[in-house]
Amino acid sequence: MLYSEKVMDHFQNPRNLGKMEDADGIGEVGNAKCGDIMKMYIKVKDGVISDVKFNTFGCGSAIATSSMATEMIKGKPVEEALKLSNQAVVEALDGLPTHKIHCSVLAEEAVRAAVKDYYDKNNISYDPALFAEGDCPHCHA
Amino acid sequence: MYIYADNAATTKIHPAALEAMTKCMEEAYGNPSSLHSVGQKAAEVMQKAREEIAGLIGADFREIYFTSGGTEADNQAIRSAADFGARKGKKHIISSAIEHHAVLHTLERLEKEGFEITLLPVGEKGIVNPEDLRQAIREDTALVTIMYANNEIGTMQPVDEIAAICREKKAIFHTDAVQAVGHVPIHVHEQNIDMLSLSAHKFHGPRGIGVLYVRKGVPLFNLMEGGAQERGRRPGTENLPAIVGMAAALREAVAHMNASGKKVSVLRDMLIEGLSKIPHARLNGDARKRLPGNVNFCFEGIEGESLLLLLDHRGIAASSGSACTSGSLDPSHVLLALGLPHEVAHGSLRLSLSEENTEEEMKHIIDSVREVVEYLRNMSPVWEDLEKGEKEHVI
Repeated sequence: MLYSEKVMDHFQNPRNLGKMEDADGIGEVGNAKCGDIMKMYIKVKDGVISDVKFNTFGCGSAIATSSMATEMIKGKPVEEALKLSNQAVVEALDGLPTHKIHCSVLAEEAVRAAVKDYYDKNNISYDPALFAEGDCPHCHA
Repeated sequence: MYIYADNAATTKIHPAALEAMTKCMEEAYGNPSSLHSVGQKAAEVMQKAREEIAGLIGADFREIYFTSGGTEADNQAIRSAADFGARKGKKHIISSAIEHHAVLHTLERLEKEGFEITLLPVGEKGIVNPEDLRQAIREDTALVTIMYANNEIGTMQPVDEIAAICREKKAIFHTDAVQAVGHVPIHVHEQNIDMLSLSAHKFHGPRGIGVLYVRKGVPLFNLMEGGAQERGRRPGTENLPAIVGMAAALREAVAHMNASGKKVSVLRDMLIEGLSKIPHARLNGDARKRLPGNVNFCFEGIEGESLLLLLDHRGIAASSGSACTSGSLDPSHVLLALGLPHEVAHGSLRLSLSEENTEEEMKHIIDSVREVVEYLRNMSPVWEDLEKGEKEHVI
């Protein structure tokens, strides 16, 4: 099998799939040209991510990493969500094929983009270095 | 129900081929190069297979070279013609933008070695215009290599016209006919084909065996050094069971080509009609000039790999030209050559049929594809933008 059982589970039964009308932060990363776009919506209550939704255009691992990332940040303080790394998402999925690692980078970036949007909308000051451009050259071309 | 609709990738072995192979392994196990009677029996079996295959494609048995498959045949044909051309100062090769990687990557290598390569465009229908070849061909053109039928979008190239131009201009003409042999009638002599590659597992034969046909009078060099098998052009002990299996499979394919071609093209057209009803879907490649079993669609707003995985879950084996199925980030060069934008080329689906498929299966495929496309579009931010009018539909 190309994918682990966990990847297939999250791909076939994505958690937190959908849009959110009253989101506090929305992050969209990737581009259709390279084949993956993730859009993440967060709802924040008392500094904690109380709800999260996602929509993804992409391959099986893009959908699975989006789903896993939402599970990993739901109920967590915003600062903690910012610390979510793509490696942690990959590990939680029991691994991804090498050429699919970039999908997990997108999931991490989608979370960060949603948090940044939340900070911007609520005039919360932050260190801009936290949101430096990602290092996936394809997605930032 | 599990529906196999990926026959362009590989096919299920024909019972006649399987039987011939088993018999060969049990009864003709000798080495055809051996002088003793066991070896000579194997040599006779091989000769019979060679003559039969030659007859089925309109060649002489002395023009048949057994190879490990289509890739090796393509490599040898191109390298050999390039080598022969270079000796006469001809270092220009013409091909098309939609060739298989066995051809394109060999040409890229030759380009690095100092050859000039011209890749002809194929237009939005995926077919080479012979006039473009006439314009491109030169005094120093050593080889023209253009596939018989495309492996992704199934388009049939105007081989007869291309061959006539090559003959007139005295350039060697090679065609990668891996997808065509056993599916459409081919007669290499009548069609003026100088070299042709074929692969057994695309017509219900075994894997790891193919043929390079080389017309008498066209020089052929060997890629590998070794023994004197295949008249010194392809060393290594012959894969006799596979050769025999290939002959049996081709015999069956050619014997039933007419009826099977009609049946499969009815199924193909049923699929094309059904899938065309999905909004913002596009048939890739010419609707008529295509292989009997090939269907290739793009669906806007979705990505091919997730489509394939969900179809597999519903019992349908298909294929995609999506980047994510290939391990690279770029979608299929064939779809890009049709002028499709990257984001659309990512959402492609290839269904390739065989005689074993049924009308009921086609209905199931149409329903499943429609549902899966709708499901994926519902979760796609690209589709959302298209529907909101923030982006314009391309198809």
